[in-house]
Amino acid sequence: MNIVVCISSVPDTTSKVNFTENNTKFDNSGIQFVINPNDEFGLTKAMLLKEANGGSVKVITVGDATAEPVIRKALAIGADSAVRINKVATDSFSTAALIASYLKENPADLIIAGKESLDYNGGAVPAMIAEILGLAFVSACNGMEISGRSAILTREIDGGKEILAADLPLVIGGQKGLVEESDLRIPNMRGIMQARTKPLEVIEAEGVEELTTSVSFEKPAEKGACKLVDADNVAELVSLLRNEAKVI
Amino acid sequence: MSVLVYTESWIGNFRKSSFEAVSYASETAKLLGTDVIAISLGEVSDEQLKKLGNYGASKVITCAAIEKGDSQAATNAIATAANDASIIVFSNTNTAKMIAPRLSAKLKAGAISNVIALAENTTPITVKRKAFSSKAIELTKVNTEKAILCFTPNSYQLIETGGSCSIETSSVNEKGAITIQGQETASSKISLSEAEIVVSGGRGLKGPENWGMIEELAEVLGAATACSKPVADIGWRPHAEHVGQTGKVVTADLYIAIGISGAIQHLAGVNSSKVMVAINTDPEAPFFKAADYGIVGDAFEVVPKLIQEIKKLKN
Ligand SMILES: Cc1cc2nc3c(=O)[nH]c(=O)nc-3n(C[C@H](O)[C@H](O)[C@H](O)COP(=O)(O)OP(=O)(O)OC[C@H]3O[C@@H](n4cnc5c(N)ncnc54)[C@H](O)[C@@H]3O)c2cc1C
Ligand SMILES: Nc1ncnc2c1ncn2[C@@H]1O[C@H](COP(=O)(O)O)[C@@H](O)[C@H]1O
Repeated sequence: MNIVVCISSVPDTTSKVNFTENNTKFDNSGIQFVINPNDEFGLTKAMLLKEANGGSVKVITVGDATAEPVIRKALAIGADSAVRINKVATDSFSTAALIASYLKENPADLIIAGKESLDYNGGAVPAMIAEILGLAFVSACNGMEISGRSAILTREIDGGKEILAADLPLVIGGQKGLVEESDLRIPNMRGIMQARTKPLEVIEAEGVEELTTSVSFEKPAEKGACKLVDADNVAELVSLLRNEAKVI
Repeated sequence: MSVLVYTESWIGNFRKSSFEAVSYASETAKLLGTDVIAISLGEVSDEQLKKLGNYGASKVITCAAIEKGDSQAATNAIATAANDASIIVFSNTNTAKMIAPRLSAKLKAGAISNVIALAENTTPITVKRKAFSSKAIELTKVNTEKAILCFTPNSYQLIETGGSCSIETSSVNEKGAITIQGQETASSKISLSEAEIVVSGGRGLKGPENWGMIEELAEVLGAATACSKPVADIGWRPHAEHVGQTGKVVTADLYIAIGISGAIQHLAGVNSSKVMVAINTDPEAPFFKAADYGIVGDAFEVVPKLIQEIKKLKN
């Protein structure tokens, strides 16, 4: 089974979010980039499937050279090879279209992405890849069993879960539950050494078409100081919530 | 030209977020001087369908044979109905998140997710959305003629118009490459992503046996229950309740955090709630920096009092 895992490189959550160039660009300085957490679940799932069924795991990223440390980390975790499409990822459609056109030339049996990225929280790239390639798609996927060419999948829905069946090839937007958090692979020394010599192909982006454009950023209004209420005066909290905040 | 809005039912009834979506679509249609058409997938009674009129839909197209979990079939059905639409509105449910981007790629219509306000400009469509786990707001514009806007549940108010809508039955029943085998309903009555009030517990509650008071507080407030990540990881509460960076995102009117320290990864999932309350024994707990109201105190004393006070208020 040939598995492709789509990886996005995102600022670690503890990063301070700042903008430059008159609030039009995300300020990368001093930011620690990590593999998008949803993609880590997908990558480990891909490793487990490969170990059970044979085949290969390839990671793909749309990004400039600053994404390479994150790609090397994915290789150190166990992916066999990597592809970087050389373009700073902007809107979801152009990112998905670039990945899809690579996949048209280099078909995969299973395409695993994350349900959303931590930075722009678009939650859009995998669904768009599926549409461009005309494939079945499951988002917020928190379980997947594969036997032969058939997959049984579960997805989270608001108020419960849904169980679905599809044949490969298919696309998923994975999340926690795809594998247990305690099973997440982390790179070991041997993996890190091997990653240095694993193939990382860089492809130039062509025919980019952007459907949306980021205009500017702002930070949410600062919260005022927290109003503290005495523990012996719970009635006052209730009165504030009713009369001042008007939420109960 | 019209505004098309995707509406979603759950166990036979429309979700509250669908009525919000119709209200949002209706205000957007006013900006463009046009009408709102709703689309509903799966079996929904006429009585439910008619309710959409009260929020501003002039017509609803019902596709009873389409299963919404089949994103290919759903996308094709909506694309057909969207022929004449200049804006297509979704409320961000898990299912909508599967369909809207597919539709964007199919129609080559720019899609914007996590929208939190009406369009600031309509030529081109320019709206505000949440980004960076609610740590920033991004102004984004659509470069195409058609636009798809997916807004965050509970970020737009319901506006009842007292209007009514006609019902058009669509016979589309094409299937995609997926089969739906079944659904399981979680026990909690109110869906976390749509809840107006959320009562959430952390490791400060010491053990699962102490959740009785959390559930009771939620009950008297008509709230959904949630928890921090370690609480779900240890198995005190189901994973479906876990909120934060790696769990669900809530945009409640009121979020009450009990025995939760307020780690940044937790706040990432809750800090776009309108009002936050922290109850914690430790005055240095980071949650007090994010909260609007707080009580420094022992949850085991404060929560029962809170339940009593709210009961008094409700009677
Ligand atoms: C990559 C990553 C992702 C993460 N994702 C998430 C996520 O999605 N969601 C999430 O929640 N966390 C997440 N975390 C974990 C997060 O960093 C915190 O560890 C976690 O939120 C702490 O949970 P807690 O507040 O319940 O527990 P604790 O940090 O142990 O806090 C318990 C609190 O209860 C208070 N307390 C104790 N006794 C009482 C009492 N009797 N009455 C009142 N208060 C009391 C204490 O003062 C303390 O503040 C993530 C961490 C990482 C590294
Ligand atoms: N620049 C990118 N390169 C490769 N994969 C990406 C990129 N951006 C997003 N993805 C994939 O799409 C998923 C959802 O991202 P998004 O649609 O940006 O929220 C991520 O979890 C990744 O798996």
